[in-house]
Parts: sequence; structure tokens; C-alpha cells
Amino acid sequence: MEKDAVTGTATTGHEWDGLKELNTPLPRWWLYTFYVTIVFAVVWVALYPALPIWGATGITGWTARGALPAEMERARAANAPIMARINAATLPEIMADPAMRAHAMAGGRAAFAANCTGCHGAGGQGAPGGFPNLADDDWIWGGSLAAIHETIAAGIRNDENPDARNSLMPRFVADGLLTPAEAGDVTEFVLSLTRRATNTAAAERGATLFETNCASCHGDRGEGNRDVGAPRLNDAIWLYGGDRAAIMRSVALGRGGVMPPWSGRLDPAVIKMLAVYIHALGGGEAE
Amino acid sequence: MFRFLRDHGVIERNVVLMAVLTVITISIGGLVQVVPLFAVETTIERVGGVRPYTPLELAGREIYVREGCYTCHSQMVRPFRDEAERYGHYSLAAESMYDRPFQWGSKRTGPDLARVGGRYSDDWHAAHLRHPRLLVPESVMPPYAFLDRPLDYSDISDRLATLRRLGVPYTAEMVANARADLEAQARPANDATAMQGRYARARQGAFDGDPRSITEMDALIAYLQMLGTLVDFRAVTPAELRQQ
Repeated sequence: MEKDAVTGTATTGHEWDGLKELNTPLPRWWLYTFYVTIVFAVVWVALYPALPIWGATGITGWTARGALPAEMERARAANAPIMARINAATLPEIMADPAMRAHAMAGGRAAFAANCTGCHGAGGQGAPGGFPNLADDDWIWGGSLAAIHETIAAGIRNDENPDARNSLMPRFVADGLLTPAEAGDVTEFVLSLTRRATNTAAAERGATLFETNCASCHGDRGEGNRDVGAPRLNDAIWLYGGDRAAIMRSVALGRGGVMPPWSGRLDPAVIKMLAVYIHALGGGEAE
Repeated sequence: MFRFLRDHGVIERNVVLMAVLTVITISIGGLVQVVPLFAVETTIERVGGVRPYTPLELAGREIYVREGCYTCHSQMVRPFRDEAERYGHYSLAAESMYDRPFQWGSKRTGPDLARVGGRYSDDWHAAHLRHPRLLVPESVMPPYAFLDRPLDYSDISDRLATLRRLGVPYTAEMVANARADLEAQARPANDATAMQGRYARARQGAFDGDPRSITEMDALIAYLQMLGTLVDFRAVTPAELRQQ
């Protein structure tokens, strides 16, 4: 075997235009590490699920699916004592007990992030187009602990839960209850509730129409009614937008936001924890 | 002992030997990928409820594929506690057995969608697809407001027929009624009983909020609202979840 004169390393024996290629061996540590990885792979394939034969589980019988129930049970067991207490306690009792309340705040925060943020935002700030803010004191169906709990458990306008909060804003123009011109007058009156009307005559005509058509739910002065989920109209907070076009659309075509019921989807204790957490976001009211 | 490993010069100088060894090497790689597929039936759990997509859901699924939703959204809840807590029961092979191709995905820029069905309202999906950041300020999802254009479903029967040839259990009746079923699902004014007789638990609705027109938005939302809802996990027994 020919050796290179300068380095003393063997050459491959090839020659191109007077140049010869060195045949430098791989570093020992690298080579043996490589062999070890091959052995490791063989052992791994034997022990763990890799081949679709002999039950596809490997010698240990371990599978990710098989390991999951024990993992879930460990986490459940770790929380079981405090969760059992929360399950048995009423909402005021949870609020009065520092340990339960702290657990409810932490657990409610996690459950809120997983289930509620899509519509109500990461901080409960809501979103335009019918997704209410939960961090302010403008509540549609009530902001007490009990009311929040009820809304979460039963949901709003859904077919799944017979106790869902339900009410119907009529489609005043679409169903012929008001003419488009009358709806415009009502819109003008609703704008006047927040001192934004530009046409006094139309607002005055709208006041009469509002009294007969809207006041039974939204109140004489647009103060809203939480019993029927009729939003307050005389403040600056709007569920579907407060400009003329958005109000006109609400009057003409109605609105009906929905919320799924969470009883059945979430553990009863988790729903209680969510109520405590949402109540503390900023707008929670006393019973 | 490993002396022969250094004599690769012999292989490199003999083209026939090199060709034979190349074929053997590639065959091993091919077998590793192909042989497990002969046993693929054994991986499908025997759970009830999984049915082929309704024509409207199928059209929505094709929009999902066309827009490349799978590049940012997986449809594969893995059997780990953090995923079970966030998304629900882990995904089953049975749940994607009629997918050609499956949409498991491999990257989650957005959340997993395997169990998104029923999680949000139709209005939420429509608003979110049009302007994602209105609802989720931190989202990086592009807006899909252009999906509010009419859905082209002129060839929907052919699409069902093609899947039928690939082994999806669409009946001749389903193929023949594909067009009517699609319209029945997207127009609340139409009678949906025949469609729901063919496709169990299919929900009728004006998915994009407009009951008059059938848009790509309707189809995509119908598909999203069905995802992960076919198997009733409250009724599933451990025996049914066992593979093979």
C-alpha cells in the first residue's frame, strides 16, 4: 500500500493528473459511536413498538396508548382531594376557602385557555361580532357567580341542553314587523340613547316604535334586561357594533349569539372553577 | 474481521456487482415501507359511527386540502396527557380510514383540528376564517374571506364515484344523490331527512350565515364542524379501541 510522503497516510491508489487522494480512516471515537447507535437501534426495535408483527408492541409491551390511562390517573389522583372538595362545595363556599379558591383560580385559568379563549379571547376581552367581553361589568345574562355558572353549564341558544338560556330577538324587517323606514327610525332612537342621533324627528318617531316593539325586553330607556338576555343599549359597549349600519342590521335581521353547554363536556368541578375565574376577570358582581 | 468492509474498491470496479447490490439495498428500503401496509387493516379500531363524508363535507375537505390547511394544522391528537386535556380523546386510525389522503399533518403552527367539530359555532368559524385576528389577536393565520364565493359542485357525483372505486363505502344511491344531498345540507329550507338517512349525524345548516347561497365557506365549515364528532367516545369500550 502506497503511503503519502508528507502525512504518512495511506492513499487510495488513484491518481488524477498527478494528484493522489488520501484514504484517511474515520476517527475511532466516531466509528465506535456509529456502531453503538446501530446496536441501540436493534435493541430499541426489540423492546418497543416498531415492527407490525407479534402484536406490534415489542418485548416490553409498552405502548403510548397503553401508558396514557395511568398517566391521566396519576394527574387525577394528585388533584383528587381538592377537586372532591370543590365538587361538594357551593360557589360561595369555594370563594370563602383560600385553598379551594386558589385552586379554582389556577384550574379555571387552564380550563379557560383550553375551552373559552377562541371566542372570548385570551384575557376574556371578547371580540367584535357577538363574542362578549367577560372582563367588564356589562353582562348580558348576569355577572353573579351563580349566573355565570348557569351560563357556562347550560350555554346559550343551543339544541343540546334543554336548560340553555334562550330568547329571540325578532327579525323586525325580514319578518315584516317593521318597514325599513321604521327600522331606520328605531335605529335613530337607539343612537339617541347614547346622544349620537343626527335626525331628531326620526328619533322621536323611533321612540314610539321602540316603546311598542323593543322596550319589553330592552327596557324603556334601553337599560337592557338580563332575564331575557337583552343587552343594554344606552351605554358605549356593543356586542355587534354600535354604528348606525350595525344597529340597523340588528333591528332588521335580528341577532342570536350561541354558546355551547359545557355540562357534559367538562367535569362539574371544572365548571365551578371556570365560574370563579371568570367572575374574577374584572366584572364579577355580588349575588 | 471487518477487513472486507474496506474492500469497496471491488464493488466500485464491477458494475454488475454494484447493480445487484444497489437493487438489494433499495429493495430492503422498499420492503420496510411496503410490507407493513399489508397489515394496515389490523391497525383500524372497531369503533362505530365513522361514516364517509357527506358531499358537502367532502367538498369542504377538498378546499381544506387545496388551501394547504394541513401545512399549519395537524389532525392527529396524540396519546399524551397534555393533548388529551386540551383536545380530547386521542385520534383513532378508524377516524381517518376514509381519508384519501389523510390529513394528519406534521406541524402545528395553529392548533390541532382533529376534534374541532362542535367546539365553536358556525358564526365563529365564518368570522374567524374571514378575519382571524378579529377573534384571535395573536393569530398568524391568513384571512380566507375569498371563500365567500360560490362553491363549484358540478362534479360532486364523480368525486364520490372516484372515492368509491378507491374503497370508500359510498353506495350507488349516495353517488346518484350527491348533488341533492349537498344542497339539502347547506340550505336549511330543504328537506334533509333523506340526506340524514344516508349520512348518520350529518347536520344541516346555513354554515356561513347565508341560507340562500352555497359557498366554499359553507363547505369548509361543514367539514370542520364534523371533524372528530363521528365516534361517540362516551360509549366506546376498551376492547373496541384495541388495534388488531
